[in-house]
Amino acid sequence: MTLTAGKPHLSREHMLDLLRQMIRIRRFENKCAELYTQEKIRGFLHLYDGEEAVAVGVITVLEKRDRVVATYREHGHALVRGVPMKAVMAEMYGKQEGCSRGRGGSMHLFNAATNFYGGNAIVGGGLPVATGLALASRMQGDDIVTACFFGEGAVAEGEFHESLNLAALWQLPVLFVCENNSYAMGTALALSESETDIQHKAACYRVASEAVDGMDVVAVEAAARRAIQAVRDSRKPYFLECRTYRLRPHSMFDPQLYRDKAEVESWRPREPIARFQGWLETNRMIHPDELSRMVSEIDAEIAEAVNFAETASWEPVEQLCRFVHADSTVPTGQ
Amino acid sequence: MQQAAARTDTVETTYREAVRAALRDALGRDNRVFLMGEDVGRYGGCYAVSHGLLAEFGPERIRDTPLSESGFTGAGIGAAMAGMRPIVELMTVNFSLLALDQILNNAATIRHMSGNQFGVPLVIRMATGAGRQLAAQHSHSLEGWYAHIPGIKVLTPATLEDARGMLWTALQEPDPVLIFENVMLYNMSGNLACDAGAVDIDKAAVRRKGRDISLITYGGSLWKTLEAASVLATEGIEAEVIDLRSLRPLDDATIMTSVTRTRRAVIVDEGWRSGSLAAEIGMRIVEQAFWSLDAPIGRVCSEEVPIPYPRHLEMAALPQLPKIVAAAKTALGQA
Repeated sequence: MTLTAGKPHLSREHMLDLLRQMIRIRRFENKCAELYTQEKIRGFLHLYDGEEAVAVGVITVLEKRDRVVATYREHGHALVRGVPMKAVMAEMYGKQEGCSRGRGGSMHLFNAATNFYGGNAIVGGGLPVATGLALASRMQGDDIVTACFFGEGAVAEGEFHESLNLAALWQLPVLFVCENNSYAMGTALALSESETDIQHKAACYRVASEAVDGMDVVAVEAAARRAIQAVRDSRKPYFLECRTYRLRPHSMFDPQLYRDKAEVESWRPREPIARFQGWLETNRMIHPDELSRMVSEIDAEIAEAVNFAETASWEPVEQLCRFVHADSTVPTGQ
Repeated sequence: MQQAAARTDTVETTYREAVRAALRDALGRDNRVFLMGEDVGRYGGCYAVSHGLLAEFGPERIRDTPLSESGFTGAGIGAAMAGMRPIVELMTVNFSLLALDQILNNAATIRHMSGNQFGVPLVIRMATGAGRQLAAQHSHSLEGWYAHIPGIKVLTPATLEDARGMLWTALQEPDPVLIFENVMLYNMSGNLACDAGAVDIDKAAVRRKGRDISLITYGGSLWKTLEAASVLATEGIEAEVIDLRSLRPLDDATIMTSVTRTRRAVIVDEGWRSGSLAAEIGMRIVEQAFWSLDAPIGRVCSEEVPIPYPRHLEMAALPQLPKIVAAAKTALGQA
């Protein structure tokens, strides 16, 4: 398992784990989409279909003490980070057993136990917070890495530029992970940025950067290993652009008028699970029985999570105004 | 006053120096505390509040920032979530609008969104108010806006004691606190007890006792209102002056106790009238003390205009002594 720093864990066991985590996200979210149509899950629901290799490849490399800041498309990140699936599902239902006591929903998964600092639903809004978490690391002299995920749409926000500048200026240990899925809601990158090579923007702030095929989980993990090691050792920021593609609509309300079906179909064969699974099969690293066992275990976990969410409780309306300020009767993560 | 002077030694100081003493005290007492903002270090603070602190505490804890209000306010939020006790200085309330996303969408919201798992023990200080001919982008009083937001506390120190004492108490809060320092108060001088320290941040204060009418105000308007009360006294009108001190939460009890006794109220608020804090207070009085009122509630607010540059127009836009006196007399049926 343990190879030289900067190289991926190439053991079979590890590769099967990467596959299992991606399938776990995909099947969990497929269930979420189904539950959405049944109106069990409401509000906005942003699915990660096609982008799973990014969260799996990066978060797998983080240590338990590290921190994660994510966006509103963060179900996968929470699952890989170790937020219990049933707590995530209960959150989507809005039940008080959810990972944010039901107050957040799909876009605001939080979990103190795993240093998961939330789904932030203001594009770019998580970057300054991640920068501040890293500032605390610097001032406290620890070796924690803060990983901050955001889409390429955030690159147009001032907070992106302010944060990269601050992190570089103050030498803060933060890994900026740009999940470039080609569309900011319905606006293609070329329609929103004068410079579409996003990685180059980091260089303007003297932040070390790398772009990687975000549909290749092994490549993402290898790049993440280099990046996280660099941040941990240098205590400086690092920018990792993962080039990926969102196969599903932006949210469940999106009729996708802005792109051709043919374009989406052209990306399907490149999607990370089929690609990695196919590679493992071709190289005889996974047996069909193993795969079906993996899938059925995941499905069982999902069924259990749905059952948990179904039977979980609604918070009494009398408690509506709790958690606006500190509530000493409820444990905090701090 | 003489008795107080006899009990404890006092020192002549200014509001600016009182805020600086509070900062120095906090930085000395708790190594998690640091100050960051535009020009807080080498320049010494836009209003010279942090002058000298860089030499004393170094650039890590007196941290000059780029002109990135959203970025460094958000960084304060993150650092607070990770165990630090940052004090973010925003140069003026107008500039704070560039950080509004972080203040509202993160600082005020994260505890709730996370189901109480994460809090943001952050203090944000900023200058507010008009009177220095700084025109329409440096002179507004938007603290009433901030008082609209659940999840934050909003403080308006108007006295030397509060300038000196509110910061430490605010730093003990588990949630964000915004402190608004009126720019016209920085040069105000007076005597402060040598052992002045932390003060409560949840009670309004009666700054002058009176039985005929309640004048309710905060921040820079407190001193104009006290002056108005003195003028009224020469005409035999005993006005009670309430300094709100905290705009969120509001100390309803102190307001209602006073209004129930005086049966008349005028609110003096440097914010614009429409949708103002004064409107909120007026409505609370209607809700809670309507049957005690002998007259309609009066308001003296800023005129509905961006603050203009020329002095005579700027002065005309703000609550001033004659308007406060006139409003009080109207409430007393003496107009």
